[in-house]
Amino acid sequence: MSGPSNFQPKSPILQWTERRLPVLGLMHSSFVAYPTPRNLNYWWTFGGILSFCLAVQIITGIVLAMHYTPTVAGAFKSVEHIMRDVNYGWLLRYVHANGASMFFIAVYIHIFRGLYYGSYKEPREILWILGVIIFLLMMATAFMGYVLPWGQMSFWGATVITNLFSAIPGVGQKIVELLWGGYSVDQPTLQRFFSLHYLLPFMIAGVVVLHVWALHEVGQNNPAGIDVKSDKDTVPFTPYATAKDNFAMVCFMIFFAWFVFYIPNYLGHADNYIPANPLQTPTHIVPEWYFLPFYAILRAIPSKLGGVLAMFGSIALLAFLPWLDRSKIRSARYRPLFRQFFWIFVITCVGLGWLGAKPAEGGYVIASRILTAWYFLHFLVVLPLLSYYERPKPLPASIAESVLGNQPMAPANVKGSS
Amino acid sequence: MNGEQPTRRDFLYIATGAVGAVGAAAAAWPLIHQMNPDASVQALASTEVDLTPVKEGQIITVKWRGKPVFISHRTKKEIEEAVKTPLRDLPDPQTDESRVKKGKEQWLVVIGVCTHLGCVPLGHQGDYHGWFCPCHGSHYDTSGRIRKGPAPLNLEVPPYEFASDTMVRIG
Repeated sequence: MSGPSNFQPKSPILQWTERRLPVLGLMHSSFVAYPTPRNLNYWWTFGGILSFCLAVQIITGIVLAMHYTPTVAGAFKSVEHIMRDVNYGWLLRYVHANGASMFFIAVYIHIFRGLYYGSYKEPREILWILGVIIFLLMMATAFMGYVLPWGQMSFWGATVITNLFSAIPGVGQKIVELLWGGYSVDQPTLQRFFSLHYLLPFMIAGVVVLHVWALHEVGQNNPAGIDVKSDKDTVPFTPYATAKDNFAMVCFMIFFAWFVFYIPNYLGHADNYIPANPLQTPTHIVPEWYFLPFYAILRAIPSKLGGVLAMFGSIALLAFLPWLDRSKIRSARYRPLFRQFFWIFVITCVGLGWLGAKPAEGGYVIASRILTAWYFLHFLVVLPLLSYYERPKPLPASIAESVLGNQPMAPANVKGSS
Repeated sequence: MNGEQPTRRDFLYIATGAVGAVGAAAAAWPLIHQMNPDASVQALASTEVDLTPVKEGQIITVKWRGKPVFISHRTKKEIEEAVKTPLRDLPDPQTDESRVKKGKEQWLVVIGVCTHLGCVPLGHQGDYHGWFCPCHGSHYDTSGRIRKGPAPLNLEVPPYEFASDTMVRIG
C-alpha cells in the first residue's frame, strides 16, 4: 500500500510463499515500516479503535446469529433465550449491543478529529468520502440490528424510519411496501433486516480496506496539518504508532467493559424489553442515542418531505466538505476563527442530540430549529466565508519543528503547506 | 487509429455492451421484486368485523393487513363537529360526508396509522377530540382529518362496505 517493500523473511518457507504471494511484505510496509508523522496525538488512535470495534461486532454477531431466530413469534423469545440459557449469552449480547454504542462513540470522535485538523482537505478528499460512506453503512447496520430483538422500540423505530421514504412524492408508498415486503412492518421486514444486518458489516470491512488504502496512498494528516517534508518528520509505524494505538485501545476497552459489566442497559431503552405490539405505539419513542442529532433535525422541519430531506442532507453535506472549506490551512491550531466556530459546531451537534430525546413541543421545537439552521449555516455559509476572510497564524516550517521547537525558525508560510 | 469512422468492431463492442446491460437489468428484476408483498401477504387483504358490541362513543381497533384500523361509533356531537368544520380550516380538505358511507354517518372507519411517520394515534385525544399522535404531535379531528402537526394527510379511509347493518367488511 505504500510502495514496494524491501521486506525479506528469514525463513526459507516464508521466502517461498512471499515470492508467490507477497502478503507479509504488504503487512510489513503497511503496519511496520510505514512512516507516520511524529506529532500524532491520541486523537489519531481512533482509527485502530474503530477496526477493533468492527471486529468485535462481527465476531459477537456471528455467534449471536447461531442462537437468534428471525421470526415475529420467535425473535423476542430467542433474545431472552440468549440472555438466560445460552452459555455466556448475556455477555455476548451485552458486548454486541454496547459495542454498537462504543463504535459510534469512536466514530464520532474520529469524525470530529478530522473536522478539527482539516483531514478532509486536498489530497484526502476520497479518503474522507469513503469515511462518510462507512458512516452511512454503520447507521444502516445499527438501525437494522436494533430492529432484531423485536421489542416495542424495535418495531416502532423500524416503522418510523422506513416511513421516512414515504415522503418521496409519488412512489414513496410503493418504496415503503417494497422495503416492508407487506403493508406494515412484519415478518418479511424482520427477516430481510436480519439478512442485511449480517451482510452490511462485511461491506463496511470492504470499504474500510479502501479507506486504509487511500490513507496509505496520501499519508496521514497530523495535528500541525502540514505535509511530511523529510525523514525527520516521521517515525516508523512499529513500534511508535502500534504502541500508542494499543495503549489507547486498552483504555477504550476498560471504558467498554465498564458499560458491559456495570451499566449494560444504560444506553438502551426500557421499552424494548416489551415485545413488539403493532397496535400500540409507545408514548415516547426515541431512536438510539447516536441517531438523536439527526432525529432532532428531522423533527425541527414542520413539513414531512422537508424534514426527511434536511435529515439526509445533514449527512450528505459532509461528503462535500472538502469543497465547502476552501482554506489551504488544514489544522484548526493555525485558524483562530475556525477553531471557535468548530467548538460552536460541536455544541450545536451535542445540543441537537439532547433535543432529539425531548418531546417535540414548545421551546424544544424552537431550539431544534435554531440549532438545525446553525448546523447548515456552519457548512454552507460560515466555512466558505472563513476560507476567504480568516487570517491564519503562521505555520511551523516542518512537523519536526512543531514538536521539537528548538530548531532555527524558518520564515512563516502563511499561504499554507505545499 | 482513425477515430472518425466507426468500424465493425465498434459496432460489436456497443452491441455486446447493450445486450449485457439488458441481461443484467433482467436478472436484477427478480432480485428486487422478491422484496415486494408476496402472495400470502396479499391474500390476507380482507377482514370482517361485527359492530353490534361497539357502543356509541366507543372506538375499536381491528387489524387489517397488519395495520390497525379504527372503527369509531361517533356520537351526534362528534358528527356535528366534523360536518360543521369549514374546509378552509383543513390542511387536506375533505368533507366529512366523503369519508363515511351515506346513512351510516355514525361509523367512521379509518386506518389507524399516522400519515406522518406511521405511529398509531391515540383515540379521544388532542385539540380536536379525534386522535392525537404521541410521536410527533399530530392532531386529528372526529372525522380523522389532520388539523395540526407535521402529518401531511388525513387518516386514510380503507376500502370497506357494510355486508349488513351490523357487519362491515374491510378490504
